[in-house]
Amino acid sequence: MALPPPDPQFVLRGTSAAVHTLHFSCGGPESDIPLLFSGSENGFIHVWNLKTRRVDTALDGHGRKSVYCVETMGGKDRLLSQGRDQRICLWDLAEGRTSVTDSVFTEHVGFCRCSLLKVAQGRWLMAMAARGLEEVQILELPSKTSVCTLKPEAGAKLGMPMCLKLWQLNCGSQPVLLAGYEDGSVVLWNVSMGRALSQLICHQEPVMSLDFDSEKAKGISGSSEKVLSIWSLNEQQNLQVYKTHELVNAGISDVTIRPDRKILATAGWDHRIRIFGWKKLKPLAVLDYHTATVHCVSFSDHSNPQQRLLAAGSKDQRISVWSIYAQT
Amino acid sequence: VCFIPGGLDCSISFVSHVLGKVCIHGRQKEILGVLVPCLTDLTKSDCIWQRICWRLVECVPDRWMEAVVLGFVQRAPGADVLSRLLGNLVVKNKKAQFVVTQKMLLLQYGHTTAVLQNLLGYLSLESLRRTLLLRVLQELLETWSSSSAVKHSPAEQQLYISKAILICLSHLKEPEIESCRQELLTSMMEGVKCHLDSSLPQLRRLGMVVAESISLKINTEGPVLKFEYEEDDETRELKSLLVQTPPFCVVPSLPDDERSEKAGAALPLVPESHEKPHTAAPVMPDEESDAELDSDDDLIPYDMSEDKEQKIKAPVYIRDCIEVLTGSRSEDVDKWEATVKALESLVRKNPAATREVSVELAKILLHLEEKTCIEGFVELRQRAQVAVLTTDPIPVAKYLTSQFYSLNYSLRQRMDILDVLVLAAQELSCPSFHGKTRHSGAQKPCIQLLPGSDSSKDWRRIVDERIKSKTRRFDVGQSRVELASRPNEFNSVAGYFFFPLIQHFDRPLTTFDLLGEDHLVLGRLVHTLAILMYLAVNTMAVTAMGKALLEFIWALRFHTDSYVRQGLLSCISSLLLSVPTERILADMTEEMLETQSWLGDVMEKDPDGDCRRLALQNLLLMENLKKKLEAVPS
Repeated sequence: MALPPPDPQFVLRGTSAAVHTLHFSCGGPESDIPLLFSGSENGFIHVWNLKTRRVDTALDGHGRKSVYCVETMGGKDRLLSQGRDQRICLWDLAEGRTSVTDSVFTEHVGFCRCSLLKVAQGRWLMAMAARGLEEVQILELPSKTSVCTLKPEAGAKLGMPMCLKLWQLNCGSQPVLLAGYEDGSVVLWNVSMGRALSQLICHQEPVMSLDFDSEKAKGISGSSEKVLSIWSLNEQQNLQVYKTHELVNAGISDVTIRPDRKILATAGWDHRIRIFGWKKLKPLAVLDYHTATVHCVSFSDHSNPQQRLLAAGSKDQRISVWSIYAQT
Repeated sequence: VCFIPGGLDCSISFVSHVLGKVCIHGRQKEILGVLVPCLTDLTKSDCIWQRICWRLVECVPDRWMEAVVLGFVQRAPGADVLSRLLGNLVVKNKKAQFVVTQKMLLLQYGHTTAVLQNLLGYLSLESLRRTLLLRVLQELLETWSSSSAVKHSPAEQQLYISKAILICLSHLKEPEIESCRQELLTSMMEGVKCHLDSSLPQLRRLGMVVAESISLKINTEGPVLKFEYEEDDETRELKSLLVQTPPFCVVPSLPDDERSEKAGAALPLVPESHEKPHTAAPVMPDEESDAELDSDDDLIPYDMSEDKEQKIKAPVYIRDCIEVLTGSRSEDVDKWEATVKALESLVRKNPAATREVSVELAKILLHLEEKTCIEGFVELRQRAQVAVLTTDPIPVAKYLTSQFYSLNYSLRQRMDILDVLVLAAQELSCPSFHGKTRHSGAQKPCIQLLPGSDSSKDWRRIVDERIKSKTRRFDVGQSRVELASRPNEFNSVAGYFFFPLIQHFDRPLTTFDLLGEDHLVLGRLVHTLAILMYLAVNTMAVTAMGKALLEFIWALRFHTDSYVRQGLLSCISSLLLSVPTERILADMTEEMLETQSWLGDVMEKDPDGDCRRLALQNLLLMENLKKKLEAVPS
């Protein structure tokens, strides 16, 4: 007898706008307050205190244009946010400050979230969609120097890049980028050489979101159709389709793998969050709380596994926070 | 026929005379059937024989030259052979030049493509003759681009000229194209305009293919003109003419532009081995080799039985549908989509409710535009309109016919009105269509009932069947199941469909002039009237309709557009089939006599083949009717 799916542990209200992106910052020492950053359509970034479950600060840095990506850079004091005003802002939040220290003008008018990767102490690589239609630019932060521009060959007709993921196998190795494009293909790029290593057509519709498990060399991508595609990377750096999973309703906005690589969550256009086991993509739960499209899902980075949370932001302006499969 | 070889100086003018005389008497086939192969072999490598042959044809007297030249051109197995046989005859002899460059190309059009290839190939093979080739091309283009030629010459002639143009183009070399590039461009622009103006799809396609080919030739790099049309055998044949593959490559054949693009384009970024993207062919995970502990077993799934497909509910009441369709809320596009899909069945299930709001619904549907991308939107809208019209025919027909002649509608909308009227009329008049929302034989009713150039074939079939059914006198017995009979619902409303359409055709509006530019819509209107007339058989109004239709036809009978004329002739067919014979002969005798003489005229003199066929059919029908009446003792 299967149990009915759990209810959210709590629900955060107060953004007054659709929530497009979420990021947890709970990994610090016990004394630190666990925080959740959320970006909304009205241009505000809310910093939620997860103990009081209230907004601590609201950051306004994108000229009231929708914020669709927030990430922390090594701790909760430094925040990166990307908005529809074509800017990526770097914030300094230490000691109660709320100032934008730097910004990058991307000239990108799409919705492609940037991807960050820490390569060395204080040095980051950021992949973002650039001005050219099919291009992805890699910048080094905080110096903002361009490392390379990844351009597909002429006539490839990939369309806009829709989602990016920078990763490296371990600290010393070459950073690589996985990019999902409008035509449904995922391309693996070698960042230092600036060329594509492999391309795989995963979907018939644009790839909405992807995530990658570098340990198992397996990734998952979701699109606007009814299929989730799982693909793997073999030794020759070739992408191959591993498995596909058919969903009940079409449309996935976000897909994310939990840091312990045991489960993954998808945010669906049918207002539901689905949980799957990562190993075999076994469907585990369907969380039905929201009343509009779920735009983003994010797992927390709590050091104590029992406290791990899953947050989902939706168009209905609520952020639901769940504690699910935290015992394993 | 044997010749004295060797260095003897003999006169062969006698032989030329004989040849000419025989040809002019129509015996070309026999004599040239022997002569040409013989000469072909002899002149293959022997110069003397070539010169003898040239002398032979040159000495043919002018009055017989045409027959001889025609015969040679038709019989020669190839352009190079023709060149060996005739030499520079066309340059030296005025009559031969006239026959080859003018008569065979512009005044006649019955020759096969092979003959055209021979002729034009022959002109291209020698530099002296190439000037003639250019001149020929210019004249052909002049004809092709003249709007009166497009309107009045038969389709077969236009096809012939198009083929000739394409073959000429294939023979032209770069420097020649350079020299006449400007003229090619101007003729192409004018010609394509006249062709696209035509109401017959075949002519439009011809124009498009030729324009594309000309554009290809004059813009070898850079964007070329590209039209969208359905490929069929004719277009494929025409396109194949552009590429010449002669036995000795005098003219370089056109490279396929797509292939050259791919070959030339560099692929800088993607390395060779990873060039081909893998398609999604799933590699099934090997279950047995998975030796790892399945730690997923720890994770117990929750109950997921509530997880079902999401369905957007369409409204259940007609008035709700109206609200959704006219609603300005752009948010609820899902609901709008669901409404559009469900509308037809709702209308049919709730006739009483529909009747209350029928005109409003018709108005909304007429102006409904695609908000989101639904598959088959046009068909859904049309079916909904037909459903509304059949549920409440009189007010909706009044509305639609009045809108047909109103300002500020697009041509597409006016033609939609006509299509909807026809479909509804068919449904109302035909018992087998009752209640079925899917017509088995008419999946795409708008195309089947108002076809463009296929109208004659369809009509012939229908008319033939009708004639067959009328002349059958035996009772086949009980083997056929009787269709359930219903009162003819079209009876009471046929007039409302028909007469308003005929009323205002000669009154031009600022945006809509049936007798002027919008002759395409006039053609569709005439075909619609023909179908309505046909469907009105056994109704009370059929005689009045017939009379009005005859007057309408009489006013338009000399219209220049052949599509309109075909429609008028279909109208007469429907009239003859639908109006009871007694009424035709009683009420419309004079008009019928006039029509008969007009039909005879059309049958003999109309340039369009379909018109002539239809006229003949109508005359036969009239004969049949007369005979039938005479056969029945009054």
